Amino acid sequence: MSQSPTDHTDDAPPTTWKKGDPIAAEGLPTTTGDSIVGRTVTINRPAAELFAYFRDFTNLPRFMENVVSITPIDATRSHWVVKAPAGRTVEWDAVVTDETPDRVIAWTSEPSADVANSGRVEFRDAGARGTVVTATIVYDPPAGIVGKIVAKMFQREPAIQARRDLRRFKQLMETGEIATGSFTRKQHDEEFA
Amino acid sequence: MRALAWHGRHDVRVDTVDDPEILNPRDCIIKVTSTAICGSDLHLYDGYIPTMQAGDILGHEFMGEVVEIGPKSTLKKGQRVVVPFTIACGSCYHCGKHQYSACDNGLPADNQDIAQELYGQPMSGLFGYSHMTGGYAGGQAEYVRVPFSDVGPIVIPDGIEDDKVLFLSDILPTGWQAAENAQIEPGDTVAVWGCGPVGLFAVQSAFLMGAERVIAIDHFPKRLALAKRFGAETINFEESAVYEALMAMTGGIGPDAVIDSVGLEAHGFFVDNVIDQIKKSTFLGTDRAHAIRQAIIACRKGGRVSMPAVYGGLVDKFPLGAFMEKGLTLKTGQTHVQHYMPALLNAILEEKIDTTFLISHRMDLEEAPQGYKMFHDDQNEVTKVVLKPGFN
Ligand SMILES: NC(=O)c1ccc[n+]([C@@H]2O[C@H](COP(=O)([O-])OP(=O)(O)OC[C@H]3O[C@@H](n4cnc5c(N)ncnc54)[C@H](O)[C@@H]3O)[C@@H](O)[C@H]2O)c1
Ligand SMILES: [Zn+2]
Ligand SMILES: [Zn+2]
Repeated sequence: MSQSPTDHTDDAPPTTWKKGDPIAAEGLPTTTGDSIVGRTVTINRPAAELFAYFRDFTNLPRFMENVVSITPIDATRSHWVVKAPAGRTVEWDAVVTDETPDRVIAWTSEPSADVANSGRVEFRDAGARGTVVTATIVYDPPAGIVGKIVAKMFQREPAIQARRDLRRFKQLMETGEIATGSFTRKQHDEEFA
Repeated sequence: MRALAWHGRHDVRVDTVDDPEILNPRDCIIKVTSTAICGSDLHLYDGYIPTMQAGDILGHEFMGEVVEIGPKSTLKKGQRVVVPFTIACGSCYHCGKHQYSACDNGLPADNQDIAQELYGQPMSGLFGYSHMTGGYAGGQAEYVRVPFSDVGPIVIPDGIEDDKVLFLSDILPTGWQAAENAQIEPGDTVAVWGCGPVGLFAVQSAFLMGAERVIAIDHFPKRLALAKRFGAETINFEESAVYEALMAMTGGIGPDAVIDSVGLEAHGFFVDNVIDQIKKSTFLGTDRAHAIRQAIIACRKGGRVSMPAVYGGLVDKFPLGAFMEKGLTLKTGQTHVQHYMPALLNAILEEKIDTTFLISHRMDLEEAPQGYKMFHDDQNEVTKVVLKPGFN
């Protein structure tokens, strides 16, 4: 049924395709799910700086709302703790599958993981405008208990969650902080709980 | 602290709420000494702006004394500052181009969703103006948390009273940007719809930019009289037919540039306006747009349309044909306040621009609900209400 990437005659990124097989076209593992989300943001900082911050996975919880912690195991493997419903957490190990300094970082959950998922972030130099950052995530669409965890992990819709996380990454990199509409510490803690 | 909170249509109250705290490194806290009610606040008061929540603190025109600073603020405690109503980071691409109201980072990430859906891209944050613009607590309060305090607030020299500089926060730069967007050339005739604070500053600015004639349109005699004070000719739309008068006053050419400083709550018994009101009350359309239609029709061929007035959603019967056929140019937007503040502060200090003429009422913050009601009900007498905590 699915068309090969070469059926596409336009230049639109695969994550925006209405037909065809964007996961294959993106070169991401289909074993980790059959839904794909792509988001692009331009950040007014050099690619090397953005890559360095992102590659240190311990930084990701600062802007990824549902990630509690990421602990490096060795040079390519890390242990992820992510928020789940009812105040619980879900954990898995992920391994880096692709890495080109200042350009690309990609990872996938190890086969033992309950919540299969993989991601790829590309950093492309955009001259005076900074760096174009594209995040692509493959996951299983919500179904059953695992699906509920995935849904929670990405809050509402994965597309919205990825967009919000990228905006926070941009804010942190461009302004050194994450914008908040709160005016008391208590409100702020609830907002980012 | 005490703060003016929105509770629903025509229901604002001074509540006791928690004091604001420093939350981000670039924040500061200011103790408000003066804050004004804006025409834009009336859109909230009348319930035209979605995503308001009961308890939201209003106010986006304010100034005061710095009382607390975050580690990355460049301000000093005790400094007097005027705060721009647009919350902008100063470090994104748009801020780099001085397009501050288009800042990428002024809005919290979650609050950007609505504008992204509605407008295609999110805009800067605004103080006290619904959750769509960030849900930031506003300045009609004793204290305010000011984000990005290293790039927003402007320091006021000692000895200059609040009333002279308060309007740097919004309406003075807005009137100035409106005139700038009209791309005035020497000898031009500029027509300004609406003699509220924005229109009156647009009138002054247009003359400073070289307009030969400015024609001001409204239906409140006192507001028209203020426009006349700065040299404008006037048209009272309840007494005269606007299009016909403009054509007669410009030798049949039409004004070279037109400025809509009325916005989504245009008054008057015009057919399109009445239809808009029916649609608004039945949720078929959101914005009443009489002034911008009339401005486009009156504008001369090849002329410029400047629209500082606020619109939020959709309008129909927009005269797109007239706009295209006559080859008009439209410039609009929330004001890039930070860009204009330094030069306009100098213009005030050099007495090139008069600001205090506008203030008709000074009241205590505690009387703010009364101030809203007066500003809403009697626009002839009430041109601008300035609230001062502890005034009484
Ligand atoms: N672009 C920005 O950044 C910015 C900033 C501040 C205010 N604003 C907007 O500018 C507009 C004006 O603000 P303001 O504080 O002067 O408001 P205001 O309500 O005090 O003034 C509006 C004036 O328009 C007049 N008017 C109404 N219908 C008219 C018509 N059909 N023809 C001519 N005049 C008419 C009213 O009588 C009133 O005097 C509002 O829409 C406000 O939201 C925009
Ligand atoms: Zn205002
Ligand atoms: Zn910015």
